[in-house]
Formats: sequence, C-alpha cells, structure tokens
Amino acid sequence: MIGYLVRRLLQSILILIGVSIVTYALLYVLPADPARQIAGRSATAETVANIREQLGLNDPFIVQYWRYFLGLLHGDFGRSYLQRTEVADLVAARLPATLLLMLGAIVCELAMGLTMGLVAALRRGTNTDQGLMVVSFVGVSAPQFVTGLLLLYVFAVRLGWFPIGGYGTFSHLVLPSLTLGVLGAGWYSRMMRSSMIDVLRQDYIRTARAKGLKRFVVVFRHALPNAILPVIAMIGIDIGLFMSGIVVVESVFGWPGIGQLAWQAIQRVDIPIIMGVTLVSAIAIVLGNLLADVVAPFIDPRIKLR
Amino acid sequence: MSATTEETSAGPVRRRAPRGTLRRLLSRPLAVVGLAIIGIVTFGAIFAPWLTPYGVDDQMFDGLTLQGAPLPPNGHFLLGTDLLGRDLLTRILFGARTSLIIGIVANGVSLAIGSAVGITAGYFRGWVGTILMRFTDLMMAFPALLLAICLAAVFTPSLWIVAMVIALVNWVQIARVVYTETRSISEREFVDAERSLGAGSMRILTKHILPHLVPIIIVWGTLGISVTVLLEATLSYLGVGVQPPTPSWGNIIFENQTYFQAAPWLVFFPGAAILALALAFNLVGDALRDILDPTQRGILS
Amino acid sequence: MKKAFYAGVATLAIGIALGAMPAKAQSSGDKGATDASATKAQDGGAITVTFNNDVATLDPAIGYDWQNWSMIKSLFDGLMGYKAGTTELEPDLAESYTVSDDGKTYTFKLRDGVKFHNGRTMTADDVQYSLDRVVDPKTKSPGAGFFSSIAGYQDVADGKAEHLKGVKVVDPHTVEIDLDEPDAAFLHKMALNFAFVVPKEAVEKYGDDFGKNPVGTGAFKMKNWSLGQQLVFVKNDDYFRKGLPHLDQITFQFGQEPIVALLRLQRGEVDIAGDGIPPAKFLEVMNDPKQKKEVVSGDQLQTGYITMNTTEKPFDDVKVRKAVNMAINKRRIIQIINGRATPASQPLPPLMPAYDKSYEGYKYDPEAAKKMLADAGHPDGFETQLYVYNTDPQPRIAQAIQQDLSKIGIKVDIKSLAQANVISAGGSKDGVPMIWSGGMAWIADYPDPSNFYWPILGCSGAAEGGWNWAKYCNEDLDAEAAKADAIVAPGKQQQRYDMWKDVYHKVMDDAPWVPVFHEKRYTIKSDRMGGPDKFYADPINIPVNYDHVWVKNVQ
Repeated sequence: MIGYLVRRLLQSILILIGVSIVTYALLYVLPADPARQIAGRSATAETVANIREQLGLNDPFIVQYWRYFLGLLHGDFGRSYLQRTEVADLVAARLPATLLLMLGAIVCELAMGLTMGLVAALRRGTNTDQGLMVVSFVGVSAPQFVTGLLLLYVFAVRLGWFPIGGYGTFSHLVLPSLTLGVLGAGWYSRMMRSSMIDVLRQDYIRTARAKGLKRFVVVFRHALPNAILPVIAMIGIDIGLFMSGIVVVESVFGWPGIGQLAWQAIQRVDIPIIMGVTLVSAIAIVLGNLLADVVAPFIDPRIKLR
Repeated sequence: MSATTEETSAGPVRRRAPRGTLRRLLSRPLAVVGLAIIGIVTFGAIFAPWLTPYGVDDQMFDGLTLQGAPLPPNGHFLLGTDLLGRDLLTRILFGARTSLIIGIVANGVSLAIGSAVGITAGYFRGWVGTILMRFTDLMMAFPALLLAICLAAVFTPSLWIVAMVIALVNWVQIARVVYTETRSISEREFVDAERSLGAGSMRILTKHILPHLVPIIIVWGTLGISVTVLLEATLSYLGVGVQPPTPSWGNIIFENQTYFQAAPWLVFFPGAAILALALAFNLVGDALRDILDPTQRGILS
Repeated sequence: MKKAFYAGVATLAIGIALGAMPAKAQSSGDKGATDASATKAQDGGAITVTFNNDVATLDPAIGYDWQNWSMIKSLFDGLMGYKAGTTELEPDLAESYTVSDDGKTYTFKLRDGVKFHNGRTMTADDVQYSLDRVVDPKTKSPGAGFFSSIAGYQDVADGKAEHLKGVKVVDPHTVEIDLDEPDAAFLHKMALNFAFVVPKEAVEKYGDDFGKNPVGTGAFKMKNWSLGQQLVFVKNDDYFRKGLPHLDQITFQFGQEPIVALLRLQRGEVDIAGDGIPPAKFLEVMNDPKQKKEVVSGDQLQTGYITMNTTEKPFDDVKVRKAVNMAINKRRIIQIINGRATPASQPLPPLMPAYDKSYEGYKYDPEAAKKMLADAGHPDGFETQLYVYNTDPQPRIAQAIQQDLSKIGIKVDIKSLAQANVISAGGSKDGVPMIWSGGMAWIADYPDPSNFYWPILGCSGAAEGGWNWAKYCNEDLDAEAAKADAIVAPGKQQQRYDMWKDVYHKVMDDAPWVPVFHEKRYTIKSDRMGGPDKFYADPINIPVNYDHVWVKNVQ
C-alpha cells in the first residue's frame, strides 16, 4: 500500500512536470508578444526590447522553462505580466469561489444522479426507467452554456427565484451548481442504476427478501449503501470534467473563480496566469484520479491496487 | 466520459460485428429516434440552400428594427432574425454543415490517433507502449477545454483547424479504451497459439486483433461524435471556434447572447439543435454498445 | 472574461486589457442643474460602484485600464490636472507654472503643505523621483514613452542613467523641466496618471506591491482591498482642496455582471454601474422614461476605424482605399450597435480641438466605389483578410463590413482573434491587410490632436510593434505635424489647430483608414446621486468624477 502510494505520487509529479512543459511550450509559440502587451501603446521599440530583456523573453525555451521550473520548486508561480500581482495570490483569491462552485456541483449531481439511478433500478424495464435514462442522456448531451442560459432565463429572468448571476449568497450558488452538475448527474444516474441492479442480484439481498424483510428495508438498509459506494468513489474523476466546465459556467454566471481568471488571461496572453491556472487544474485532476484509485479497493474488495 | 472507460474490462472473446446490426438497431425505439434526428440534420445540412429563400450571409435591412433589435419569429422569418438581420433558420440549417463536418472529421482523426496509439501501446508494450501510455496519462491531466482554447489561440482558427484542435484533445479517451481492449485480446490463448505457430505481428494484428476491435471502435466512434459536437459548440461559443460568417450552432449563440433576455429565441433554437444532435449520437452509440458489446450493458437494455 | 450577456459592450469594454485607455467624454448637457436637490452639494454618505473585471493595480505608473484610471486620479495627483467635468487644463499639485519663450523649459511652483496619505509633506524631490521612476525601465511602465521629450529620457530608458537630466529640483517648492524639443502637448502629459507624484519611502517599502498599497495625495485614500471582491476608498481629511471630496466612502465591487449590476441599481443596492448599460438592456432602459432619467450620455474621444495596409497590394493603391471608403455603410453599422455611436468622416472625434465640422469625408456610394475599383484595375474585386477582436460586438461589425465589401466585389476573410493576437498581427513587420480597430483602438490619452496622429498615423508608429496598422507613412505630413507641435505659445493655439486640421485633411486624401464611427458613452446612476451631469460624463474620469459627486439624502 505505502509502496503503491509512493509510486503513484512519483508518477503524478512526473505527469505534472510534463503538463508544465507542454503548456509552457504551447504558450512559447503563441503569436503574441507579452513585452509589447506590458509596454503599452505609447512604447518605443527600445522600451519593448528592454522589457523583453528584463523578463528574459530573449532566452531560449529551455532556459526560460528551467527558470520557471526552479521558481515552482520554491512555490513561486511568478508574477502576472499585466496585473503585476503574484499569480499565487490571484489564484488563491479566486480558488475559494471555484471550490464552492464545485462543491455545489457535486451535491447537485449526486442528489440528482443517485435519485434517478435508484428509481430507475427499482423500476427496471418500465417506462419510468426508460424515461429517466433518456433524461440522463439529455443531461450528458446538453452543452453547459445552453443549460446555463436556459436556467438563467427560466428561473432568474422569468420567475425571479434566483439572482441573474453574481456571487455572494447561497441563492447565487444554486443555478451555477446545477449547470455544472447536470453533466455529472447524467453519468451518475447511469452508474447508480447499474450498480444498484448488480447489488439487487446478489445472494444476500435475495436471502433477505426470502426471509421476509420488507422491500423498503432491504433496499434502503442493505442494498443502497453497497450500491452507492462504488459510485461515490468516482467523484475524484469528476474534477477533470469540472475543470473544463468552470471556464464556461463561470463566464455564463459571472462567477469570480479561476475559470474566469484563466479565460481573461488567455485573451490577454498573460502567460504566468495561464500557466498557474493550468497547473492548479492539473494538480486537482491528478489528485482526484489518485484519490479515486486509492479509495476504490476499500469500497470494492475485488479491485486490487497494482 | 472518463467514468465509463473503466467499464471496459476483459470479457469473453468478442464476436465481430454481428450481422443484422442495423436490423437490431432499428428494433430499438430510442435508437430509431436518434437515427431520425441524425437523418433530419443531415438532410437539412445537404439541402440547406434549397430549403430556405435566404442566403446564409444575407444581412437584410428589414431583418432588424430601426433601433437595431432583432425580429422575433414571424411569417417571413420562421425562427426570427439575428443581430445582423439574417434569417436564423437559414443560419441554423447551414450551421448543421459545420457541426456534421467537424463531428465527422474531428472524430475520425481522433479515432485514428486514439486507435493507433492504443493498439501500438497495447500490443507491443515495452518502452514504446510505456511512453505512449504515460503521454496519454499526461494528456488526461490537462483541463481539456483550456488546452483546446490555448491550441486554438496558437493556430488561427478556421473550420479545419478547429477540427484538428478537437481531435488533438479528444483522442485520449479512445486510446485508453483501445489499449485496454488490445491488451486483453493479445493475452488470449488463441493469440498465443498463432504466435507459437510462427505468425508475424502484422498478421496477428490484422487477422486477429483488429477485427475484435471493430465493435468497440464503432461504439466509441459514435459516442465520440456527440462529444465533438459539444466541444465545437463550446469553442465557438467562447469565440475561439469556427470563424464568422461561417455559421456554427455555437457561434450563433456567441454572437447573439448579449440579447438573450430580450430575444431568447436566438439562444434557444441553436441550443436545442446542439442538444438534439448530441443526444441523437449518444442514443445510437449506446444502442450500438448494447448490440455489439454485450459485456457492457447499455443503459437502455 | 466579460462574457455572458455583456461580452464586450461597444461603449465601455473598449480596451479592457491593454487597449485599456481611459475613455474621455464630455457632458452632453447640463440638465442636472435644473434639479433643485442636485444643485447644492452635500457632504457625507457612502456609495457603491460595481465593475465586472478586477482592478489590476492602483500604481499610477502602471495602471492603464479604464476602470483604474479614474480610481488612481482620486488617490493621487499630478502637477497638472483638468477642471472637473471638462477637458480644460489647470495646475493641480502645482500652484502655477511658466513656460520659457523657446517652449523648452517649464517651471512649476508647488502648492504648500500638500500631504501624502502617510502624513509626510510632498516636496519637489518627490516630483523628481516620480518622473525618474516612471521612465526607469525596471518599473516597466506602459506610459514611459509619453515623457520622451524630457531631456535625458533616452539615457534613463536605456538604463544608462538613474535620473532624468532635464528634471531639476530648484528648491523644495520649485521644479524645472527641460525638454529636448518644444512639445505642445507637454502639459497634457504632465496631467497623465503616469506623471502623478508618489512618495519614495512607500514605493520602496512595498516594492512590486505598491500598486496594491497605494499612498498618494489624492482626495481619497485606500482603506482595504480584498482581491477579486471589493476595494474601499475613504475620504482623505487632509486633502488640499478644501470642501472636497463630498463622499465619505466609496466601495467598488468586482465580478459583478453588468446585467446584475443594473438590476441591483434599480433595487437601490448600487449607485453607479461602472460598466454602463449592457447591450441586452439598452433599448429597454432607453425606452423607459423613468430609467432614462438616470442615464447621462456623452461623447468620447474615440474613433473606430478600418485600417488598410498601404504598403502591400492591393491597398498600396489609393484608389482601392478610396473605393473601400465609399463602400462602407456606416449608418447600418451604427444600427447594429443600437445607435450608440455617431458616424465618422475623419480620424479625429468631434470633441477634439482641430476637428473639422465642415469636412464630409467619403460618402457611402457603392456604385461609385465599384467604378473606382474597376479603374484601379480590379473590375472583379479581389480577396483579402480582415482581422478583428473576438469579443461581441466586434465580429458582428466585421461581418457587416464584409457584406458591404462583397457588394463591390471584395471578398473578405474574417480572422477573429484574441485582442493580443490582433495587436501583434497589426504590429508585425509586414502587417496584415485590414483590421477593424473596435475594442482596441483608438481612444485619446489626452485631448490633443497630436495623440491621434503620431502613434497611429505617423511614420514612427508604422515600425514593427507600432500601432499604425495601416503602415501609413507620409514624411511630408510628419514634418508638417512636427511643425504644428512646436507651436507652444498659448496665443497661437488656433494656428496650431488649423495646421492639424490640414494634416488630417491630407491623411484622408490618402485614405489609409475608413473612419467608421465615434462611440458614445452612457453612465447610469441611482436616483440618490446628486451633482450636475458633467461629473457623470466627465471627459477625464470614467465612469464618474468620484471627487465631485455626492448623495442627495445623507442621513
């Protein structure tokens, strides 16, 4: 177990280094000159050249990357070119909003997905089952910006139940969380359904039923806990979906998280910020996957760590 | 998608795509609905110029109010007009071409890359396989959308560039699935038997492994189109996708969303089109998985 | 980014990144003066102002966004400033100034007893330090280039000297600035934020984070700043202008969608919607008399234009450029942005001195355009590319341009890219065929015609990395413009403006651009805000002049 963990951690670190190299290389070939961005529109060619020199943008790729990498080792993500603020501070200021949104999304997707999956499994083969599974497909097939705009239109503009975007109170959180959670809800309902069907087929459930226990008790006391665990273990893997989703959802709802930070930075070619957000996302994704893998055997003894 | 890849585990020897796949597909109502939607969209895309009296880029003077507001659906403009006074129905019909082209091209390329990587890594293993799969892991750790946006910024976006960007982001899933499959097939006794009879790698690959991979590639190919259509729409929605004035369902929403409260039809009609097409490919893909790949229970079985 | 509904409003999203120019506007009328409760200034009270984007920095040497531009003006001061609500220069931290006869030496007498927020009294040394600092390459100021006329600029900019030779401390109350060449716009430059006075000890204490911990002499001081959420200014009781500011406190809230901000404003939770009226709500607001009453509109020193690369075929032919000028339907373009602009006939916006009201420019006439194109040897038109910033409404405007040009046979391929990429493409050595400038250029830094020529039409701007995207270089015109800028005597300004008028006429004869429109600006405020309209459409302070506005019913 310890050996496995150490190996996986080392692997994860290598992957993160790889991610940082690939991203840095991509940004390196970007056809926009950060020095010119910083220098502003009244700058002379000399000023631009001077700034380029100061930022070390004339150095070869390897040298630039190595400098960045050494900074990372000290926990230094660099300073934003245009905001002139430590990237770490900028990300830290916005991370709580993004984490809150993800938490909301996890709650939404589990609540919707597990309920739908459970009902579908119990009503297996009926129209309810089919109907729910079509709904789950709709959730998987809906582009997030459309879901977001639709929810906004119906619940905020027309009905006025929720604010039209923004950040601050619980009611601000509802619509963006729902939007981000719909995709996951689609997947979870399908997983929950098959997991539940699996469990209901198990001998001990049949035995319990045969002993005359009420269906309600069997389902909720015996079957549900066993069916739900493998599904919940997948949450770690959601992080990847979320990290893509936040760029869209935060921009639709004006949510002040790292997704918006990244999008603004991309527009302005603020390379240190793009690097920072990409790395933070990659760290989250890798940790999420690691967590899912580590937790899996505790939940399902058939899985062994390799 | 990532969650479902785990379902692909070693199962009994796969059959080749069974005969009568189409017949079995047609016996499933939901798959029929999916096929019908795909048929309608394809029809609309091909015959777009004949289905509407307006040109795709015609910015009509009477398509806007004097204050510059778009027109709601009416007798002349069945789905209303957009912010430049163009007929929305026409834009959506032509936008179907974009979605289908990207769906097929981008997904085709990612299928090709993914299968090549997956088969190579799964069959040959060794250091080549290790490097390929570690690279796949690396790609998995990228937030896909951020990566796509950065790529789109590096290459000036055009229809084909957008397709390539999507392919570069999307091949990873398929590579993982195909890798797992290839590995489990090549560990089977019959492959060992062939090998001991002196069959070369090429022969084993083409005669024994590839045919067994066909069903899974068909299934993932179909499901992948849905993912591709959604990613194209999202990139275009962010303004880094297909370039105007070429219509795409995503960039129609991008161009008109500022008016979304006053003119919701500008967002909801193209939004519904994206949803319908993605849903259709998902329904068909799921049914195909059910038919071709009995180890993975399709959800609608 | 400012996406969702708002996605880059024509009026205010201009230059959110580095386009980032302070917009300037002038009050369209003084209807506030008729409002009895608004005429008498009241002191006290707190207001809330919202913005969608974070404010980057409050360092006057660095801040160059339209949001932080006027915030910095409330925290800091320069030797020169503008009379509130106008574009009229007046001494600010300086009490008076004199200009030598040759126009090369400016002597500023400083006000007595002006205190920084840290309690120390400002002296001439601070003025010298601040100018040295902004030019110092280590500061990486986007405004350094404005001061290139000061003697010794080049040595400091190259890192060869620490101090500007031309800036001399005569005594603690007197600063003398020597220029290499006479510069008619120099006093405007001394009123730019980049020339504002900062205390050395605070800059050294905070280092790179001075922009997060600003210490100035201004009417307000910063109380606290939670990154990405809100920023609070409180009244500076020691402010040197007695009776100002009126407000006790201003809270700036960030990350507020313009639509949300507008709704909150209607509910009374917000006093100024910093981003203005979002396009989706514009017609609704303007068609509702009750809401329209709280809208103040004004013109800006802005022009949106199409550049044509004069060094490359086919736009190296002036006939082709004139044909394009006649092919663009400006009224239609203004219609698709809901009439939030006026058509342009020349590069200069109407508020600029030297704007020529009588000049009509090229009339919209597609037939004549087609004929001229045929004369130029392109009877069947040609294919070309148009670069545009990928935020609404710019791609829509580009498509309208595309349609207009297709009518005379020019087939345009639109390249819709991130702002930074368009600017890079335009500034590359060979440039690109056409650019629609919307969202990036050009809003004047100061109300002087020279600012619309040198960077975007002069030969120096045509070099690699410059903003002259048409690569237009007419050396005779450069000479004439330089001659105009050498006229510094206050009595001869009309003569100078006439020369500039002539320069712009000649520019239009060469037609390197299609001037398309001048954007208007709309500020919306809550009904408890008082003060004449000119403070709400202040040409220098966007969205409002924080030092001068007040609330009507202070509890």
